[in-house]
Amino acid sequence: MSSNTESATENGYPAAPHRNKITLTVNGQKHELSLSPWTTLLDALRQQLHLTGTKKGCDHGQCGACTVLRDGENVNSCLCLAVMQEGSEIVTVEGLAAEDGTLHPVQQAFLENDGYQCGYCTPGQICSTVALLEHDRGNSPAEIRDLMSGNLCRCGAYTNIYNTIAELQGAKQSGSDHE
Amino acid sequence: MGTNYIGQPQVRTDGRLKVTGQATYAGEFTARDLVYGYVVQSTIGRGRITSIDTSRVVAVPGVRKVFTHENLPEYLKRNSADYSDPLAPPGQPFRPLHDAEVLYNGQPIAVVFAETFEQARHAAALLWVEYAEEEVQPLLRQNLDGATREDVPDPPTARGDTDTAFAAAAHTIKVEYSQPRHFHNPMEPHATVAVYKEDGTLDIYDKIQGVASSQQYVCGVFGLDKKQVRVVSPFIGGAFGSGLRPQYQLFLAVLGATELKRPAQVTLTREQMFSFGHRPAQLQRFRVSTDAKGRLTSLDHTSFGETSRFEKYNETIVAWTGLMYDCENVKLDYQLVPVDAYTPNDMRAPGGVTGMWALESAMDEMANAAGLDPLAFRLLNYAERDQNEDKPFSSKALRECYQQCAERFGWKDRPTQPRSRQEGNELVGFGMATGAWEANQQKASARASFSADGQLTVGTATADIGTGTYTVMSQIAAETLGLPIDRVVFNLGDTDLPESPIEGGSWTVASVGSAVQSAVRMLSLRLLELAREYFPRRFKHAELGDVTFSDGFMQAWSSEPLELTGLLEKAGKEIVSVGVDHSPRKDRGDYSTYAHACVMVEVRVDRDLGNVRVERIVTAAAAGRIINPKTAENQILGAMVWGIGMALEEEGLVDHRSGRIMNANLAEYHVPVHADVQGLEAIFVEEHDEIVSALGAKGVGELGIVGVPAAIANAVYNATGVRVRELPITLDKLL
Repeated sequence: MSSNTESATENGYPAAPHRNKITLTVNGQKHELSLSPWTTLLDALRQQLHLTGTKKGCDHGQCGACTVLRDGENVNSCLCLAVMQEGSEIVTVEGLAAEDGTLHPVQQAFLENDGYQCGYCTPGQICSTVALLEHDRGNSPAEIRDLMSGNLCRCGAYTNIYNTIAELQGAKQSGSDHE
Repeated sequence: MGTNYIGQPQVRTDGRLKVTGQATYAGEFTARDLVYGYVVQSTIGRGRITSIDTSRVVAVPGVRKVFTHENLPEYLKRNSADYSDPLAPPGQPFRPLHDAEVLYNGQPIAVVFAETFEQARHAAALLWVEYAEEEVQPLLRQNLDGATREDVPDPPTARGDTDTAFAAAAHTIKVEYSQPRHFHNPMEPHATVAVYKEDGTLDIYDKIQGVASSQQYVCGVFGLDKKQVRVVSPFIGGAFGSGLRPQYQLFLAVLGATELKRPAQVTLTREQMFSFGHRPAQLQRFRVSTDAKGRLTSLDHTSFGETSRFEKYNETIVAWTGLMYDCENVKLDYQLVPVDAYTPNDMRAPGGVTGMWALESAMDEMANAAGLDPLAFRLLNYAERDQNEDKPFSSKALRECYQQCAERFGWKDRPTQPRSRQEGNELVGFGMATGAWEANQQKASARASFSADGQLTVGTATADIGTGTYTVMSQIAAETLGLPIDRVVFNLGDTDLPESPIEGGSWTVASVGSAVQSAVRMLSLRLLELAREYFPRRFKHAELGDVTFSDGFMQAWSSEPLELTGLLEKAGKEIVSVGVDHSPRKDRGDYSTYAHACVMVEVRVDRDLGNVRVERIVTAAAAGRIINPKTAENQILGAMVWGIGMALEEEGLVDHRSGRIMNANLAEYHVPVHADVQGLEAIFVEEHDEIVSALGAKGVGELGIVGVPAAIANAVYNATGVRVRELPITLDKLL
């Protein structure tokens, strides 16, 4: 453990607490980070990596704005400690589009269906939708609404978000999503 | 033509930024050497801080400064420091860290700045505070003795004689409605990043619905000139009124930045989002009567709204009662009740949804008492004229809303008797209500420039709180100059841009949209002047009305079209710019201007458990000209969701002993989630209205919530036979 930590002293100020060096894999890139053990994945993404697409709405796992994909599962990044994510593949909203800028089909569908208003819950809604489709869940209207209920939208754009997901789900089932 | 955008369902121009995580909200701006501030709140509801010990806080590594009332710089405590803002109600605005006095539970009493967020949060928890606690009276009902009309604008003048009419009436009701405190809870917590620069100027990124408000506040408090303070706010993660007034994180971030001479960020926690403005708890008393046929003969409405002990926050609540229906005898009264709480703040359809939830419940009760269908009752008592102000309406397609909504919803299948329809274990009920909202227009300014590369840039210091301002303004600008929308850049949320009114009151499209249209028209006139000079054969005798702008070309009559970029090239100009100030029509004041809606709801109530499910809602809205049906529909749908929350879920629970909000989090302060929302439908009823604004638009941000809570309450009555007059309608009230 000691070889994996460092302590900083800064011009005349008391030393900052011990930090752990970890490697975090985000959107396919490896990042060497020096983090306090209590830093959440959410704060590491937003403050260390400046990946602010992942949002902080409550910091208590109650709103879903911070949803990211960890090894393909949607998780509340505010409830994950960053130091425990070594070895995991984290994907955030910034990592969904193709390198040439082509939007992920879920992003494109949110855009076209106006599945948002202020946009603050949107990255979380999109990540949860990606996971839902990947896991072949949400096969009935009630199941979509139930499984998406961890992602609050205070603007109340639920109708359009639901329509977006139902459309994607329908396209997937009819195999017509390959143009 | 490919450049007609007004009235089309345009995909949001800022949508790509939102779905890729590139839209940057206030707290996400960063700068080298940023310090993080964490707020400490009072744990008592009233009293004084007797000691505040920061020794353990400053010992935490990484902590750079703790501010309390004991070390707040003196110049911020002087009377010359002006803490007011453009929307400050009468009274003394709250001054953070001003002195030892605690005015409400959750009041910010310290802020800790540290190198990291985690250090600041940890250190803040080590602050030791002792208080001398005084008795706390945070509830409306326990303070009714203190109700006052002081500093309250007079409601519309009484007309007729309600007492005599009530005594002689065939049908009467006398009822009381109440609602609890509601909290805005935008998904994005309030946040500010203040960047201090060496010359003493500040760049401030703030969550605010109008950057000019933050600028005025910071200048007033910190004694700075407008030139020294730039406020920027390009994206706002929801606000619903919470960003109408600068909130205390702005003061604390600027304090940190100016004292530490470093960029400082203060972001509120979700719990702290319950520690400033809210929709006030309200108690409303109605006494209503009709003649034997069900025609209204008297309307008596008194409302008591809570406010803080330091500001007199007021709303327009009772005026709706004198406006909505034809009635000769009306008496209105509105009083404020100061309690130990922070000052309330406008929240989506402030006053309107409060007054109309009660009025439209009362109208349902009155219709039942008179033995009329609620829709027939409303048509019978339809107001053709604004009797409060004795003015005609500029337009009012409410009758069409009633008709189209009823048809779409299937109102004719309404169970005529309460508790008469059951499907499985669920009781089925239909309910309806009317909605309305003021169609206001404010002065606004805008600047428009066309550059040699073919781009139109339009700017004004308005905001986009999720409503679609970026998109709608781009549509108006693109169509007016006849350009493809991807060649239009619309800038907002920056005090360096021309002034715009704060984004609120549903007036942005009418006010700012009209200014944008006017600026781009003026720009097209400048281009025509150039064309007359450089292309006289085609344009010498052309007036603006003779010229068509489309697809990047201008064309006089049917002469050969001239490409706009070619015009600039020939004229040797890099850019042509104009700025305009746009005001409402002078005769606008001769009319009463409102948007209207009809809401119809079907609810299902579990017979044994009492839980309520909204099966479907149809809203028919008449709001003038709709610029973007896609974003406008989204506004109405979202507002319906707010109506579901207000009717069935939202309740700020106040501990009567401490004044603490007991459910200051999103797990216990219930807002609608995906599973609560289904079957919502919005339809727009056309209105042509040139009086209301140059664009003919009325605004839709607030209209959609106004009728929903009453329509749900009325549907619950129809389903169960239980009349709930105390929001929210929870299952315990139905068993």
